[in-house]
Order: sequence, then C-alpha cells, then structure tokens
Amino acid sequence: MCRIGAIKSKNYTHPSKALLLMQSQQKGHDNSGFAMVMQDLGGIFEGYKHLPTLSMACTDEGLNLAENILHDAGFRRVLQWVPETYPSDDLDIIAMPNYVFETFSFPKSYKNATQEEKEELLLDMRLKMRAALEPDEQGFVYSFWPDVVTLKEIGDPRDIGTFFNLWEADENFTAKVITAQCRQNTNYDIVRYAAHPFFLQGYTGLANGENTFYQKNKEMQAKLHRGYIGFESDSQCFLYSLHYIHRQLKWPLQYFKHVITPLPFHEMNERENAEQLRAIRQSLTHLEINGPNTIIGVLPDNTMFTCCDAKKLRPVVIGQTEDTIAIASEVCGINEILPERDWSTDIYPNEREIVVINEELEVARWKQ
Amino acid sequence: METVKIHDTTPNDLPWKLRYDANRCTLCGSCVAACSFRAIEAKIERRRMIFSEGDLPDPRARFSAVPVIKQVNSLKNYCRGCGICEKVCPNDAIAPVRNPDTRHPIVTRCSGGDSIKRGGRKNLTGSIRTLDQLRVGRISQMTDPSLDAQRHTFDMLAPFGRILPADELPMTLGSNGKLVSNGHMPPVNSIYPVIIGDMSIGALSWRMWEGVAMAVAYLNEECGLPVRMCSGEGGVPMRLLKSKYLKYMILQIASGHFGWNRILQAMPEMIEDPAGVLIKIGQGAKPGDGGLLQAQKVAEHVMAIRGVPKTDLLSPPNHQGLYSIEESVQKMFLSFNAAFKFRVPVAIKVAASSTSVSVFNNLVRDPYNIVGGFFLDGIDGGTAAAHEVSLDHTGHPIVSKLRDCYLAAVTQGRQGQIPLWAAGGLGKTGDLAADAFKMMCLGANGVFTGKLILQMAGCVGNDQGRCNACNTGLCPAGITSQNPALAHRLDPEQVAENIVNYFLAMDQELKKLMAPIGNSSLPIGRSDALVAMDKSVADRLQVQYVC
Repeated sequence: MCRIGAIKSKNYTHPSKALLLMQSQQKGHDNSGFAMVMQDLGGIFEGYKHLPTLSMACTDEGLNLAENILHDAGFRRVLQWVPETYPSDDLDIIAMPNYVFETFSFPKSYKNATQEEKEELLLDMRLKMRAALEPDEQGFVYSFWPDVVTLKEIGDPRDIGTFFNLWEADENFTAKVITAQCRQNTNYDIVRYAAHPFFLQGYTGLANGENTFYQKNKEMQAKLHRGYIGFESDSQCFLYSLHYIHRQLKWPLQYFKHVITPLPFHEMNERENAEQLRAIRQSLTHLEINGPNTIIGVLPDNTMFTCCDAKKLRPVVIGQTEDTIAIASEVCGINEILPERDWSTDIYPNEREIVVINEELEVARWKQ
Repeated sequence: METVKIHDTTPNDLPWKLRYDANRCTLCGSCVAACSFRAIEAKIERRRMIFSEGDLPDPRARFSAVPVIKQVNSLKNYCRGCGICEKVCPNDAIAPVRNPDTRHPIVTRCSGGDSIKRGGRKNLTGSIRTLDQLRVGRISQMTDPSLDAQRHTFDMLAPFGRILPADELPMTLGSNGKLVSNGHMPPVNSIYPVIIGDMSIGALSWRMWEGVAMAVAYLNEECGLPVRMCSGEGGVPMRLLKSKYLKYMILQIASGHFGWNRILQAMPEMIEDPAGVLIKIGQGAKPGDGGLLQAQKVAEHVMAIRGVPKTDLLSPPNHQGLYSIEESVQKMFLSFNAAFKFRVPVAIKVAASSTSVSVFNNLVRDPYNIVGGFFLDGIDGGTAAAHEVSLDHTGHPIVSKLRDCYLAAVTQGRQGQIPLWAAGGLGKTGDLAADAFKMMCLGANGVFTGKLILQMAGCVGNDQGRCNACNTGLCPAGITSQNPALAHRLDPEQVAENIVNYFLAMDQELKKLMAPIGNSSLPIGRSDALVAMDKSVADRLQVQYVC
C-alpha cells in the first residue's frame, strides 16, 4: 500500500523533513521511487515567485530540445539551479544525466497578458516539451509553473536522498509546502511520470490506495481538458477531477468531495440543496471514485486539504504544531518530524469530511 | 383396407405428439377441459380382443368401444406442447412429447398460403450466449478490499432523463458559497436499474397486467425498491391514471398512439406525474413487425382502453408521420415534454440495429438536450405476437450494440448524458442479476425485461418452441389471454408475489456481484471488471481476454 505525506509550514522547510516523514513509514512502501512537489519556495527561488520554473530530468539532447522550445516561444532564462549529485555504485537509483530547475521570464508579448492567458501558455509549453522529449525518453517534464519545483526518481528513497544530498538541510532549497510519496507505480509500468504527486496548473494531487474507477475516470477525463493526459497512474485521475471541478467549473472545493464520493441518494434527498447535489452526481458520475483512497491536494493559493473514500478504507492522520502541519498515512511519520506536538489534537478524518489547511495554518473540517 | 392419403395431417406432421396411456387414464376429462387449444379430444376407439374360455384353446375375437383421449389432427388446433394436460392429469396418463420429425413449418405454409405467426422469442438456438462468455473477473483483494454484500450499503439507482454535462448545468455560485439553480434542469428520475419492460394491457391479460402493477407498487411502497413499469402501447386503466401509483408507471406511446386520448383526458385529474414517457420506435424481438395484437385478443375492455372501440387495429410497424431523427426529436419535444410541462423525462426505444450508433449519435448531439434515455432492444427477447420469420431471422443482438453505443459516447466525452437502457434476452437463463450486471459494466445504465416477467408469472413457454401461443389469445396460463376463463387461471396476487420475490432475490444477487469488485454504486462502464473467455468476444467488446 502506498504511503503519502505532506508538510505545510509557516517557515521555509528543507525536503529532508519530507524524507524523514516518509522514512518511518517505510514498511508501507516498496522503496521503488521517490517524488515530491515543493511549493511556495524559499532559498534561491524565493525572489522569483511570479516566474515559471521548469522542473525536468533529461538527457543533454533533451535539455537542448526543451530550452529551444522555450526560447522560440520567447521565454528567457533568469535562473538556473543544477543540484549537486553524488553518484555511487552503491546507490539504488536509476538516474537521468541532467536534473534541471530553471526559472524563465515570460515572453515580451505576454507583458499585458492576463493571469489566465499566462496559465494557458505555461500548460501549452509543458505539453509541447513533454511531447518533444517523449520519443527515445529524452526527458521528463514534471512542472513548468511559478513557485513550484518537482523531483521524481526511480529507486530507493534513501539512496535518492543521498544522491541529491537531500538528507542534509540547507537554506538554499526550501519551501513552505512539500508533498511527497515513496513509491513508484506498482500497478502499471514503472515510469517516472507515474509517481505522485502530480501537478497541473497550480494544483497538486497525491493519493494512496487503488482507484477502482480508473477506467471510468480516465475515459471521461480524456475528453475534458487537453492537460488530462498520461494516465500512467490511476491516481492522476484525482488531480484531474480536482482541476476540473475547482479550476474549470470554478466550483468551491466542497464540491470536489460531492463529486468523487457523492452522498448516498437517501441522504442527499434530505439536504436542502438536494436538487443541485443530484444534478452534480448525475453529470459527473464518471468522476466518482469507489475504491479505497486517501487524497492529499494543494490548491494554487497553497491551501492544503485531505479527504478519504466513502468507506474510509484508507487511513490518514493530521498532526500540528504552532508553525507546521503534517499529513501522513501513518502517525509514525508525524511522530518523526513533530515529536513535540500535542498528539491528542491529531485529526483522523472521517469519510464524509474534507480537512482544509489555509495559509495561516488554520485547520477546518468541512462536513460533506 | 384404406388407401394411403398422403396429404392428410397426422400427429407425425405436428410439432408435438401425445404420450397417452389408456390403462392409467380414468377418463376424468380434466385434460380435455384444460387444453385451451382444443388439441385433444375424447374419442371412441374400436378395440379387438382375442379370448379363449374352454379347457382347450378356442380363440375368439371380441370387439368393444373404448373411450380414449386423442390428439386432434389439425393445423389449427394442434398441440403446442404446453403441458397443461400433464399438469392436470391425476394419474400421469398423458403428456406432450416433442416430435423431431415435424413437418409443421412446411405443411402450415403449404396449406394456408399465409405466414406463420406465434408468440415467444427467437427459437433458433445457436452458439453460446455472449453474456455467458463473460465473467466478473476483477476480484478485489488486498489493495482494494472487497465489500460485504450483507453489511455494506449499496447505492443502486439509475437515471431516467437527460443529463447535462457539468459545464452546462444551470447553476451559479450563491452568496453562501453554495451552487444554486438559475435555469431549467431537464427532469431526471432516479430509479431501480431494472425496468419491467413494455407489455401492453392488450398483450397481457388484465389480471396479469394487474399482477405486475401490484408487484411494482409493493416493491416501491413496502420494499424500498423504486422499480418502474412501462405500460406498453395500448393505454392505462383510468383508475390507475388518476391514482398515486401513476408515479411508478412509464407511459408508452408507439406507432398506433393507442390509449393516448384517454391519457390526455386524464391529465387534469392526475395527482402524480408518470415516471416517464417512452416513445417506441421499434422493438428488438421482431423489428419491422409492428405490435400485432390479433383480433382474437382485442376484447371489449381492450378496445375501450385503447380508445378505438369495436375494432381490432394493428399498430403499424413504424410511426407513419416520422421521416427523420430530427423530426423524432421535435416530435418528442413538442408533444410529450410540453404535455407534462417539462417535468417528466421522455425517452426513446429503438430496435438494436447495425445503424443504432448513428441514431444514438444524432440524439446525443441534439443541442436541445431533450432525449432522456436510449432504450436499445435486441433480439432474444419478446413477449407478444409476431410473424415467425421476423422472430427467428430479423434483429440484432444487444450486447455488442450496447457496447458500441457506450463507446461512441465515450469517444465524444458524452457518456451518461443520454442514459442507455438495454434489453433483449437478458435473464434468459433465469439469472437476470448476472446479465444486468455485465451489461452495466459494458456501459448500460440499466436494463429492461419483459419475457422474464411472464416466466415469473408462470408462463410455460420456452425457446425450444414450447407453447409460444401468445398470439392466439389462448394462453394456457392466462397470462396473454383476454378469455375470462383462461385469465382466471392466473392469480394476480400470486403473480405479484412471484415478481416481488424475484426482484428481492435479484437485488441480493446484484449486491453479491458488486461486493467482490469493491463497488457500492452501480458499475456503469466498468468493463475492466469483466473478462472474456472467448478471444473474439474480448476483442469485439474491448475487455480482457482470459483463458
């Protein structure tokens, strides 16, 4: 079973914390990979919050292809950070030649563009780079978005941490929001794109468990938006549903829960907004999930949330201190990084709620 | 000695012969009285017996007249093999036996110059049913626990009505952060995923129809299963139209429009809306053959309910004023959506055909969003009367066609917008839950069934030519007869009880199928849950092949 984890803090946090959070849950994952998305960046990226950062792993040829695509579109590089790596034969990692974190300025023609136009452009560029690098596996483009970096690799998470020197905390590579998972895709092919967390236009999603409605979700989503591609993992579906409901339909987050795990008909009919809930359930019945899942999501404004399937078949726990909140599949992960917290305030969400954490680290429990 | 008259009809020409044991027969007459086809009669046989009475052999012959039961050698009153004689015989002295050497299909045509008509289903059995080559092969085990069919709650409702894509829902965000409606939403009823198919009050005896209606009311009011029943073409009794039970009825309009003058007249006095309106364009068991209610079944009360008194009318094979799909859409729109002030969903029923996907595509792309269901009817079903050639040789199997329609919707991202309902031989093996479940996995939102309902009620016919006399008005079980004596053989309350019990059993069985795949809601489109043990079936339906 997958284990997932997330940290949201008032302070910039180094990814070593995420490794620690996941490490103690090790029995629950198979050490086949490590992936994380960092948002609200500190360190060297702190001064570039409004400019898109490209996160990718690639060959030299892949790097050329991607940079040429961006240059041709008018993007100019303003920052480049190449993580120092420490290769060794003892490490269990299938490394790529280059790991690229580059920040770009928008094309001049987008000087007066709206936020939405910029967001569409960034997605189009990422899709274009991904398509260009796909033949011969020249590279994997994980994200191209302001204030976000993504790292995904195949291998043992401890060794991946060693390879990137992530075990040693420093000030350069930090973020206030970090989501992570220590497992590659065991249901389908082992490919880098299949590792959680998934990212699309400011939305991050990761999940554990099996999406038994994968086929239905996928068939529906494939026609909903050009960004809903890949489907290397059945958990990508959760991100796409979140993106569709919150960004495309512009419905509040509560409706995400109503779509993926709708109330049973008899409960729904007793609600004052039964008519709307019924219509939503009918229209988006193919986005329902019915399997055992816990989902952690991050919205573009860095709001973090978690919710479960309708039968609460996957656990998740939320622990907090004054300045940090951690979500993990198992409480041992939280004990590791927040040992001093008051564990009696830990939250074990039920199957009919969304737990939402805002910028001030206020925790709200929304009943469905 | 008589000369051979080769053209005389004899039992050997007929599909069934009698096994009769005069030694066991007490001549009670029950069989003759019970045979609704008048296919047996009491006769006198002349018997010769040799006897000897003296001390020495002295054989003599004696003749006597013995009363016996004999088969009628007639192409009109021939034995249908229904077995009612056997059922009523106290001594097991009589029973029909299938005659493999029958010349019936030929001699009937030769003597009458007319096509053969009968009831029932397609009688040509061929390969193994497609649905039996599919199994529920995705078993939840570790990462996705299976459910407990007894303890978990299941949410088993299917939509009847047009479903809008989410971005077209007439809703806006209210000041309280909740979505509120700001326009008309097409009506959608959430109903049990098995509809009792459209069998008219003329095709069925009034007692049978009443039994079905009672079962539906009981299932809804007492069992909590929102099962709906389609009226069939031919109208609905006025008392039901004005009752609260109308909400459980789907009213059908077909090419004859029979019964609709009464329905329209009743509208001002309706206290409930019907569950829906179903426009029948075609039917799967006998496509191209209209509702063929034979004159002998058009009893007085049937004429009255149809609104066409004192005559037997055929329902034409097609809607006479309908030239195109656009027009059919308009027709629905103008007539029926408006008739019930846009509160009642209107669906369409068509025969499965090699052209079904085109028809479905046209409807699913209709910009007015008014078609509230696509009822696709394949071969292997059917309850009423038709020409045998239509029953046996026209029509299209349902399974691949339903799948084609679903995948056509998927290709356009429009799955679920027009709910798909499928029928045609489902439950033929007696197990409707399994067939319904598999059809849902292939994309059906629900199924409808007719023939199986008759079998629940006590129909003695089968797909090997037994009985199949629904067209004659002489149904020996009183199910499809308007003859009062025959109809009274049927106990409506027993019919209702049988149907209710079957649905309760089926409901449990559906849950037993949902539990192992870990689903608490209906598995619509979950083709990943199915595996096929035949490669060509797997390829055709796009499910995993296993061996």
